[in-house]
Amino acid sequence: MLLLYRGRKTACPRWQGRGLSGLVVFCLLLAQALIAPAKISAQTSDNEKPVPILTGNAGAFDFLTAGHNLIDSQFNPVLLVPLGDRWLVESRVAFEGMFQRPPGGGPYGGPVTKHIDYAQLDYIASPYVTVTGGRFLTPFGIFNERLYPCWIRALQPDPLILPINTVDSDGVMFRGGFPVGASANMNYAAYVSVASTSIGSVDSERHVGGRMGFFFPDPRLEVGGSWQRTLQDARKNAFGFHMGWQPAKAPLNLRAEFARSFEGSGYWVEGAYRLSQAHFWQKAMRRTEVVARLQQFYTGEISPDGAAALGLPGANTREADFGVNYFLRDGLKGIASYGRQFSSAGNANQWSFGFAYRFAVPLGRVGPQS
Amino acid sequence: MKLNLNPKTSITVLLCALTLASALFAGSPVSRKDASSAAPVEHVTDADSMRVAGEQRFRANCGRCHAAPQKFPPRMMATILRHMRVRATITAEDRRLILFYMTQ
Repeated sequence: MLLLYRGRKTACPRWQGRGLSGLVVFCLLLAQALIAPAKISAQTSDNEKPVPILTGNAGAFDFLTAGHNLIDSQFNPVLLVPLGDRWLVESRVAFEGMFQRPPGGGPYGGPVTKHIDYAQLDYIASPYVTVTGGRFLTPFGIFNERLYPCWIRALQPDPLILPINTVDSDGVMFRGGFPVGASANMNYAAYVSVASTSIGSVDSERHVGGRMGFFFPDPRLEVGGSWQRTLQDARKNAFGFHMGWQPAKAPLNLRAEFARSFEGSGYWVEGAYRLSQAHFWQKAMRRTEVVARLQQFYTGEISPDGAAALGLPGANTREADFGVNYFLRDGLKGIASYGRQFSSAGNANQWSFGFAYRFAVPLGRVGPQS
Repeated sequence: MKLNLNPKTSITVLLCALTLASALFAGSPVSRKDASSAAPVEHVTDADSMRVAGEQRFRANCGRCHAAPQKFPPRMMATILRHMRVRATITAEDRRLILFYMTQ
């Protein structure tokens, strides 16, 4: 169940997508890119000139699900290469080893997989529009794009609905954010994926979609919705809603997502509370975060085998998870969680333990830190 | 004359229109300097005010997903914030203030 959606394969032949639309858009983008920068005067000072960096995360986890132990090790480097004042090349590759004992016993073994999560070129066309081309994370909901890295997520087990409409996109995306009045910011993303691929570590499908959200800075509340239409196979619509709230007076982070598609539907609600306001053991409590997540999944119009291929449960499922994160130092945290899954296919306990680490190193001279 | 557009053509036309619109924005005299100040929200310029506002914007935007990282050198932060501007769709004004706060 864990992270298996990354291995999702589409039923279509490779590169079946008709890329004419994307080609037209890319030509326009290139023309624009050649024209627009000529009108831009350089303003970035030398000590703030962006430098290429290698960042990312690594993690080692032990998942004990229904008595089966899985050792999961991850290394997810992210390369960021800024070009000029408006361009950014960014790419993330996921290396993951999942090791477990064979059914009859014996030493741990298993596959080490690699997957290109995204390899994209971003062009900041204006304060309100950024154009992205290439392979990018599909902005459906918020978990896949914002919360997926192991150093960010509050609980290491994936939400049950994560595989819904989050297969990677190969195409073009427009996105941005801007203030709407004095008390809200709007953010949006509109994208089209023009290629259907199923090549080992690279897979995507043809679809079109968008996401829109409103963030209210004063109450620190964000609400939004997503829509996607698959342009292959069943050609079905899917939609979702998300919210996030961080009250100013408490170190609480409350998030929720809902998704509905022909593959299934469901929701998750998660709260993470940093114990920084505790009056005892303050040094340790400031570094401690407790988390709880409730979620439910309802099967869709696909078979249990089809659901399993996508990484979705094959039966209606409810799950409650509780966890603790301890931030040992900047970028390094230890995690532990317990979850109980209730399903017509059988109930199960799920434990997880491990460490997540985030790193960032410059690939050029950065000068002194101010 | 009735114009019949299938969904793919409609999408292509829509994307082309968005691209041209963005090109117009980018090429306008507003462009570079105001790329970071076009937001109509309060435009903060004083250093102390920028630092306070930057911390607020950091907690509001970045704190929604992750804990505050250590402060990196300005050139690294500039790259990270360009990445986050795309990833988290933060506004240009917020990016400017957060960069100031994270490099002080």
